[in-house]
Formats: sequence, C-alpha cells, structure tokens
Amino acid sequence: MATIPADHEGFDAHHHHDAHDHKPSFFARWFMSTNHKDIGTLYLIFAIFAGIVGGAVSGIMRAELAQPGIQYLGAVASFLGEKNPSFDQQLHLWNVLITAHGLIMVFFMVMPAIIGGFGNWFVPIMIGAPDMAFPRMNNISFWLTFVGFCSLMFSAFVPGGVGNGAGTGWTVYAPLSTSGSVGPAVDFAIFSLHLAGAGSILGAINFITTIFNMRAPGMTLHKMPLFVWSVLVTAFLLLLSLPVLAAAITMLLTDRNFGTTFFDPAGGGDPILYQHLFWFFGHPEVYIMILPGFGIISQIISTFSKKPVFGYLGMAYAMVAIGVVGFIVWAHHMYTTGLDVNTKMYFTAATMVIAVPTGIKIFSWIATMWGGSLEFKSPMVWAIGFIFLFTVGGVTGVVLANGGIDDNLQDTYYVVAHFHYVLSLGAVTSLFAGFYYWFPKMSGRMHSEFLAHLQFWIFFVGVNLIFFPMHFLGANGMPRRYPDYAPAFEHWNKVATDGYMIMSVSIVIFLINIAYAFLAGKKAEANYWGEGATTLEWTLSSPPPFHQFETLPVIDAKAAH
Amino acid sequence: MSLADTAQAMGKAIRTLGVAAALAFAPQVMAAPAAAPVAAATAPAADAVQPAAKADAGAEKSSYVPAKPTPGKGQPVAGALSFQDQYSITGQQALRMYDYVLMPIITVITLFVLGLLLFVMARFRRGANPVASKTSHNTLIEVIWTLLPVLILVVIAVPSIRLLAAQYTPAPKNALTVKATGYQWYWGYTYPDNGGFEVISNMLPDEEALKRGEPPQLGADARMVVPYGEPIRMQTVGADVIHSFAVPSLWFKLDAVPGRINEKELFIKEPGVYYGQCSELCGVRHGYMPIVVEAVSRPQFEAWVKAQGGTVGPKEAAPAAAPAAAAPAADASAPAADASASPAA
Repeated sequence: MATIPADHEGFDAHHHHDAHDHKPSFFARWFMSTNHKDIGTLYLIFAIFAGIVGGAVSGIMRAELAQPGIQYLGAVASFLGEKNPSFDQQLHLWNVLITAHGLIMVFFMVMPAIIGGFGNWFVPIMIGAPDMAFPRMNNISFWLTFVGFCSLMFSAFVPGGVGNGAGTGWTVYAPLSTSGSVGPAVDFAIFSLHLAGAGSILGAINFITTIFNMRAPGMTLHKMPLFVWSVLVTAFLLLLSLPVLAAAITMLLTDRNFGTTFFDPAGGGDPILYQHLFWFFGHPEVYIMILPGFGIISQIISTFSKKPVFGYLGMAYAMVAIGVVGFIVWAHHMYTTGLDVNTKMYFTAATMVIAVPTGIKIFSWIATMWGGSLEFKSPMVWAIGFIFLFTVGGVTGVVLANGGIDDNLQDTYYVVAHFHYVLSLGAVTSLFAGFYYWFPKMSGRMHSEFLAHLQFWIFFVGVNLIFFPMHFLGANGMPRRYPDYAPAFEHWNKVATDGYMIMSVSIVIFLINIAYAFLAGKKAEANYWGEGATTLEWTLSSPPPFHQFETLPVIDAKAAH
Repeated sequence: MSLADTAQAMGKAIRTLGVAAALAFAPQVMAAPAAAPVAAATAPAADAVQPAAKADAGAEKSSYVPAKPTPGKGQPVAGALSFQDQYSITGQQALRMYDYVLMPIITVITLFVLGLLLFVMARFRRGANPVASKTSHNTLIEVIWTLLPVLILVVIAVPSIRLLAAQYTPAPKNALTVKATGYQWYWGYTYPDNGGFEVISNMLPDEEALKRGEPPQLGADARMVVPYGEPIRMQTVGADVIHSFAVPSLWFKLDAVPGRINEKELFIKEPGVYYGQCSELCGVRHGYMPIVVEAVSRPQFEAWVKAQGGTVGPKEAAPAAAPAAAAPAADASAPAADASASPAA
C-alpha cells in the first residue's frame, strides 16, 4: 500500500484535478504527512505489523498451552536475552506475553486499523470532505501511537520484577502493578498507554470536528453513511473514556514513583478504586473496538444486497444507545470484588439492556439482506461470518451479564472465549471484511477473490476451533492467565492449539493476497462492486486522487443513505 | 423456580442439542482422547470407596483422616463440556438457572439467527432473486424485534435477581467463620472462632501430588477443612496483591483484596474434597496456588481443629477470646463434651 501509483488512470473525469496532483517527496509524504489517505495507509501498515507481532505472541502462548507443564517459556526467555532463566523468570515471561498480547491487539492493532486506518481513509470521503479538519493533528495522532508501541516493546527488555517486561495483565491492576512490580518495565508499559491514549484523544477530536463541520452540502447527519455514524459515536466514546484511563494510570505512576497511595490501603487508598476507573474506560473501550466494525458491516451488507440499509435511523441510534449504555455497565467486570448485592443487581440489569440495541442491529442486517439480490463477493462472506460469530459472542455476554452466574465464570476461559468471539472473531472479522471491501479502492489493484474466500473459510474454522472449546474449559473451571493446568484441561487446550495452527495459515494467505494484488492484481475501476455501492468513495477513482473533492459534491435531498 | 421447572423439559432437550452441536463442532477430538480419561476415572473411583468408608467410620470416633478425593467430584473432568457438578445450595440453584434458562435461550437465539442467515442466503441469492426490492422500513417489525428481546431479558432477569439475593444472604450470627488470606503465592486459612490458628497451604509438586492421589496442579499440602451441612461465614483478604478465592464445584469466587475483608456465606451440602485455583492475576506463581476445601462432619471437623491446636467451644465464648489471647496452648482446657452442644446447622 505504500506504493500508491502516481498516475490515476482510472480517475473519474468529473473531478478535475488529476493533472495537478503533485505529491510531496517520499520523506515528506510518509513521515510528515498531512493527507488523511496517507495517514490512513500508515495506520493500516502499522496495524498489520502490530497484528503480526501480537499474533506471534499468542502463538507462543498456544504452543505452551498445548500440553500441561512448561515447555517453551525457557527457550523464549533465553531468546529474549535472559541468561539461564529460572523457573520464576519463565513464569514471569508468561505474564509478560499475556500482557503484551492484550495491549498490542487492543491499542496497536484493532484501534489503529479500524479507526485510524479505515476511519481516516473513508470518513472524509464518505461525507464529501477534502480532508480531516486538523491534518497536522492527524499526523501527530499516528506518531504518538507509533511511539507508544515502541515504548511497549522497549518495556519487554527492561526489568519488571523477577524478569524483564511488564507482567501485570493488560488491565494493570493495582497493587500488582504498583508494589507488586519493581523495575522500570511497568512504567514504560503505562507510558505507552499514555501515548497511545493521547493519540486516540486527538484523533477523536479530529473526527468529531470533521464530521460536524465538513459535511458536503446536502449531507445532513441523517444522510451520513452508517460507517460515519459509527466512527462519530466511537469518537465520543474515546473522548469521554480515555481521560479517565489517563487519570487512573497517572495515579499508578505516582503510586509507583512518588510515594502517593491512591490505590494502597496502607495509606488510605483502595485497590478497587483503580478497577472502577479502569473499567469506566475499559467497557466503552470494547465498544470503541466493535462499533466501527458495525459500521463497516452495514456498508458491506447494503452494497452486496443492492438495497439501502434496513431501518437506517434505528441502526444509527442503536449505536448511540450502545455507546450511552456502555458507560454505565462497567462494574460487570468486577462482580467478584466484593460489590454489594444491590450494586450487582443494578449492573446485571443494565448490562442485559445492551442486548436490545445489539439485537436491533443483528436483525436489521438480516432484514437488509431480506428481499435483496445477494452477491457473495469476499467482503460479503466475511460480513455474514461476522454476524454469526458476533451473535455467538453476544449471547455468551448475556450469560456473563448475570452476576450470580458470573461468580463461577469470572476470570476463567469462558470470559476469554466470550471476548475473543466479539473481538477476535467480531472486530477482526469486520476488519478483514472492510479490508477486502476497500483494499482495491485504496491501492488501485484488485485482490484475488479466490484467496479472499479461501482465507475466510480457513480463518472461520481455525478461530472457532481455538475459541469454542474455551467455553468448555472455562465452565469446567480453568482460570485465565495460567501457563500450566491440571491434566483434565489438556484435551480442549490441545484442540485450541490445533485451531491456532489452522488460523495462522489463513493469515499467510492474507499476506499472499496483498502481495498478489500489488504484483499481479488487475487495475481496479472506480466502482468495482457495481450498483449496490452508492456511497461517495465509489464516485472517485481507485485509488482516489491525492486531494479529492476540490469542488464539493452536492448530495441530492432524495438520495438514499 | 416454577419458571425453571416449566422450562425444564424443553431445556433438557435443547441442552442435549447444544452439546450435540458442540460435539459436531470438533468431531475428531472427542472420540479417543476423551474416552480414555473417563475410563481411567472410573477405575480409581472404586478404590476411593474404601478410604471414604474408613472416614465415615472415623466420624463416629470423632477423628480426622484426610479424605481421598473422588475423581470427577469437586475437580475438573477431562473433556467436559459444562460446569462441574455442584455441591453447595446456591451452586445448584445457579447451575439450574444456567441449564434450564440461559442455555436454552442462548442456543435458540443463536440457531434462530443462523437459520435466518442461511434462509436469506439461499432465498435471496442473485440467482434466485435477480431484482432487489427497495424496502428499507417496516415500523411494526422494528418494534417487534425491540420488544421481544426486552421480554426475553425480563425472563432471564427474574431468576437472575433471585439467584443474586440467595447468594447474598448473610451467614447466621453463630456460623463458623473461616478467613482465607491470599499470599504471593499460597493460601492461609484462619479460624478465628477456634482460637485463631492459621493453616498455611502450599501447592504440591506434581510427583508428590500423584503419590498422594491428588490431581496435579490442584493438590495442596494442607487443606481448608470445614464442616458440611451448616452455613460457614467465608471471609477473604489479600496480604500483598489481589488474589481470588475460587472453588468451581461450590460456585464460590470472592476476590482477596488487600485492605478489605470480603464476606460471603458458604454452605457445602455433602462431605468431599473440592478443588479450586487462584482466579486473579497475582504475579509470577499465580497459576501455582491451588485451593483445597475438605468438607467433613462436625465431630471430624472438631477433631481436626484440636489437632491443629485450636479450640472448640460454645459460640458465645469464641468471639470473646480475642485471636491474640487464644494461644494454641489454651485448647487443652476446652471440654470435649461441648462439641455436641455446638449448633449443627
């Protein structure tokens, strides 16, 4: 994607600036970029790289868990520079791996790809804007995220207790993250969250300003494509939740380094306070990851059904409702911390309410397909896969919402299965759907539909084999974040590791498909998906000109969404 | 629970269906590997009868002999698809709710969505329906698919709230108190009503666990011994970082947080050995601090308490004796006859 061709042969003539499309030099273009499409491309490349790192980390985890006992942690620790790692150092490495996997996948893979990548690329185009409202701020958002990733990687090579790296889990609970982890590793991990969080807050401000102020004439809020709606809601979630995280982890830093006792009962603090602050951010965070996915799926289902989205207003306001309710359910992550019974009853009821707008979305997608003329191109296959996998993850969420049931499932593999069904199988599936939907638009080259379908089926089988058995493990009592387990858990762990091997093949196919597109892919037309694709990006060439909409498009008052 | 009862018949069928679907999901895996452990499990079960019988005989003599664990009871089962069997009152209530309310509902919803998707994909594929309709609104159906989920959630919420209320019934005033303290990386069990002694429980190395007939990774060198058939006031606290005291077969999980004492009633219905593991990331050896709860009869429990150097006496006396004052040496004065006077339930 880094080699977007300089000439736009497929460029649509009614936007009249192709001949004057002067681009900056390589360094200025990619390192000082103020162009929303280039920054989106940078985010996507970064997210693919981070995803491979995070995926490799989970590969080490699955290999270690394939059988009881500790097999590979020693070798990995030696590889990372620990000389003759002790048993405790090997176990510490395990905690570093689970922490790194969570942080990388959340902050440096899903968020950069879905908001930074697709959001940057297509929000301005879909609302008919020439660029984002604050192009320079857009650039610094990306580089803050990048430096945050470097800080996290660096933390793995400095002391964090018994061994190198931060082994606190992605939740960074106090007091394990304060008095429980000596050494600078946890400070660097926390600082990486500060940097990534600051980048995301700036990005959120940018999206909100762009969407509110830069819509083309006639593009009212109720005419915006649902992907734009989803990014708008997401941006508000980011803007309201990330400062709370920033406050919480800053208090962690001062507890660690400056003798404060926000979370230390010995000085009048409370470890549970940290959890309230963290999950006040953490629960909206899961909607931050999935809402733009909802938007992408809506665009794709509508395109390949050749129908407008069913119940557009319901779909848009369902996302708003999910965003609002998402802020008042955080303590369902804390059912076993000693909450009193009334609090548990409230959070049980509030959490279950989220199933209602989510159900509206699932049924509206199916209703969009109902009566349509369905074409099973690769993005559509991924999108339909998303609907099913997300439903499975959603219904286990209803199980976990019950405080009395969660008592036995909290911190077990059932929870791991649940959130991977909504994120790894939900958000990531929507990422692949969006990637195949828009990749030719971004690169100007068609990918192989055969490879895209093949990747879907291998991925689908693989991820289900990894994560479905985890429901059984969790219900039967296997706790999360364990490098070793009782022999009774071996059976389904082995299945999960086999699933990982299958899934990893699908990622290789994905990379081959990208390489194929650039080496041998056909040139993409402006609207390569045909009549169902009606949003503004399909009126531009593939790839779009360096600066689009120098003359603003005018949206017909009767136009469908 | 009338709701659960009516749903029971349907629930059973659907649960079987769900399990069948799960099996179909990974067909190659269930056949051989799962069968072997089950077969293995049945063999030692016969052996376990002997020590259990001995323990029962011992109960009359009011002596304590550590019971051998029963395979498949109070511990995970190889290849299992659902929860461990439950041996506490609220655990059985929760499992009933899961089996007869939640599991049927989520299975039906998932299959319904899957069925709709497959139907739509077949019926409205381009070949079968070349011209797409332009329908994009239908208020009635939108109201239905908003209100129907609300009704389903109300159906779930009623037993759910009841379950929460049952779990949070505080233990009666005269209930036995046991305090579990999470340390990095072992558990301590304190008996403030019985002189305040603390039992320290470390994980057994795998070879030692196998030698003693304990499941590897789950066995500990000392158990939390409690009487069955009576309410226990279970308290948890963390000594350094947050741990979590969890026993899956008793549906019990309560975080052990530094600086606060969490409390919840535990009622174990029958004697047995129940295994659990720390369930909150607590550092390097988080995976190596198992929990072993052994439920015994009241007389056996009192014999065990005395063997630990604790006191057994009338409930009124116990709180009066401050933990500091209740030195282990004081137990000699405790009359054995008082044991029968202590409340059984």
